[in-house]
Amino acid sequence: MATHTLSVLVENSPGVLARVASLFSRRGYNIDSLAVGPTEDANISRMTIVIDVEDHALDQVIAQLDKLIDVISTDRLDPVTSVQRELLLVKVNTSAETRSQVLETVQLFRAKVVDVAQDAVTIEATGNAEKIQALLRVLEPYGIKELVQSGLVAMERGLKPGKGN
Amino acid sequence: MASNENVTGAQALVKSLEHAGVDVMFGIPGGAILPAYDPIFDSKIRHILVRHEQGAGHAATGYAQVTGRVGVCIATSGPGATNLVTPLADAQMDSVPVVAITGQVNSTSIGTDAFQEADIRGITMPVTKHNFLVTNPKDIPHAIASAFHIASTGRPGAVLVDIAKDALSGMTTFDFPTNVNLAGYKPSLTPNENDIRDAARLIAESKQPVLYVGGGIIKANASKELMKLAELTGAPVVTTLMALGAFPDSHPQHLGMPGMHGTVAAVTALQKADLLITLGARFDDRVTGKLSSFAQNAKVIHADIDPAEIGKLRFVDVPLVGDLKITIDALIPALKAEFKKNQPDITSWVKQVQGWRASYPLGYEHPSDGSLSPQFVIERLGKIAGPEAIYVAGVGQHQMWASQFVQYERPRSWLNSGGLGTMGYAVPAAMGAKVGAPDRTVWAIDGDGCFQMTNQELTTCALNGIPIKIAIINNESLGMVRQWQSLFYNERFSNTDLHSKRIPDFAKLGEAMGCVGLRAETRDEVDAVIEKAMSINDQPVVVDFSVHRDAMVWPMVAAGTSNDSITLARSLAPVWDSQEL
Repeated sequence: MATHTLSVLVENSPGVLARVASLFSRRGYNIDSLAVGPTEDANISRMTIVIDVEDHALDQVIAQLDKLIDVISTDRLDPVTSVQRELLLVKVNTSAETRSQVLETVQLFRAKVVDVAQDAVTIEATGNAEKIQALLRVLEPYGIKELVQSGLVAMERGLKPGKGN
Repeated sequence: MASNENVTGAQALVKSLEHAGVDVMFGIPGGAILPAYDPIFDSKIRHILVRHEQGAGHAATGYAQVTGRVGVCIATSGPGATNLVTPLADAQMDSVPVVAITGQVNSTSIGTDAFQEADIRGITMPVTKHNFLVTNPKDIPHAIASAFHIASTGRPGAVLVDIAKDALSGMTTFDFPTNVNLAGYKPSLTPNENDIRDAARLIAESKQPVLYVGGGIIKANASKELMKLAELTGAPVVTTLMALGAFPDSHPQHLGMPGMHGTVAAVTALQKADLLITLGARFDDRVTGKLSSFAQNAKVIHADIDPAEIGKLRFVDVPLVGDLKITIDALIPALKAEFKKNQPDITSWVKQVQGWRASYPLGYEHPSDGSLSPQFVIERLGKIAGPEAIYVAGVGQHQMWASQFVQYERPRSWLNSGGLGTMGYAVPAAMGAKVGAPDRTVWAIDGDGCFQMTNQELTTCALNGIPIKIAIINNESLGMVRQWQSLFYNERFSNTDLHSKRIPDFAKLGEAMGCVGLRAETRDEVDAVIEKAMSINDQPVVVDFSVHRDAMVWPMVAAGTSNDSITLARSLAPVWDSQEL
């Protein structure tokens, strides 16, 4: 199995998320993450879907997505030629002794502290999956109280516009 | 078509259906759809009041399969709508253009578990090509126009339009879109030229080609083109269950049906082929048997209008995505050009294939106790009613025998539920077929199990002047399941005995529903009773053929096994010359 990132432009119509989710469930494809949001066109939304399938099955996933009437286009994003970002919010245990170490880590990863409590700080970080994982590895020894992570959002580098335009 | 008159949503709906060219629809009114039934009362569209919504759905399917036009059914919210789920799934699996209109509770009540509320859009999402929920009357014409466009173009399918009651009763202006432009739906009709050349080259290089023909040929009205291609290549032809009639059974190149109950020649030709020229077929498990052992030495050309079928199950060497008529029309000149350079010699292959055909014809035996052979009944029916009749089967043994022992010579003369395998399909689908083709004789060949699922529509037929004929192949059991119990469950006949020799009395049941009821129990009664049924054209006819219950469908490839292990009868495999294996 291998991870693939798909950028899917869909009609901004009710039920479209259910259609895509239903397709993945029915055909037995595993979704690693899914992010949906508006685009520059109010009638069109973009879904960034990360899936774990064999390479040869990917064409079939794309064909099945394209078959949905509400799907306008499906592009496979190469990690090299696209910008891929996840957002992380993580609440880390801190004490008087560990706080400065945690803050140093935040700086190293170019993350931000967005909230401070007596025994914890909340950190916001964006980056690709590797960076987020690396940050979490470093923070783990201090004790992670809570974390929330967005699905991956991604975009082709350079001037090439999305097919929906 | 902008008229901009003030109308109710319901009037906009009926006008939209008229603009879409609907001449008939099958349905049942109820609370949420009630506003629509008022303008239906005045419309030139014929509405046929069925007895169960499932009947409406299959009738729309039968109508569509016979005419090639979109079949329409209409039902109310909740149970009315959920009763349409089976026929919609059925139509979608067999790529039949059907539009279902359902009423929905008021938009303000949606999501509150209101009376007769069901989320039919959510329920039918996985079993339709697309569906709509309309809550604003101004959106009705566009939804209807889009539904017909989606159902009838590309790979045809089922589309549902769910309309809230307040959208039907609210006011709007009527404006029917002349063309529909959906950003995410642009079926590609013309295959890539390079792919056409590659396909022609593969055909010219092949020594053992087979034309593997599916129901897409019938959908694309491409039988004439198929004939030209077949005769140009000289390749053996197999037609799947959904394609019977796409290529005449009487043609010498035709080997019959492949698959679980296909002919030895058709199954074996696919297994031994070096090239499958696949036209509108989809490598269904009932055709391929165990996929990894299917046609292992064959390269594959796959022509289909649905790009998602390419490579779904079988690796494809040359994909031809497009309309089959256009595809074959493009392939023929490319092939002629290729044949000028290199005309392959396939005579030894053809000879070998014809040898299998001669050695292993379809056959059956008459039961030794003098009771009726079901195959004999169906064979006689096909002979007497002839190739111009329409034959509609349910699902099970009778369906397989009807596929084997009736000779099909033209497209749209054989209707059945191939993909979903819906018992109960035959009676309502035959009703729809007869409405679509009133001048053709329509015979439903049904099982006693299937018939008991949907026979209520005979009342509809009797009251609406739809004189279909039903041949019940009555073996008093769920025959195909019983066959599997015989073969794979040590003859432990758990819950397959229907005791339907006299309960119900099918002839009397038919009479009770306004049909003529007939019965045949011996061989010499068969022709007379079929001819009697053929002579009645003002009433539906139900014929109860009481047949032997132990008859089995042969040949057979057991589910999940290789097509190489085809058996002619119990424990009887074809005898191959050693060099053939």
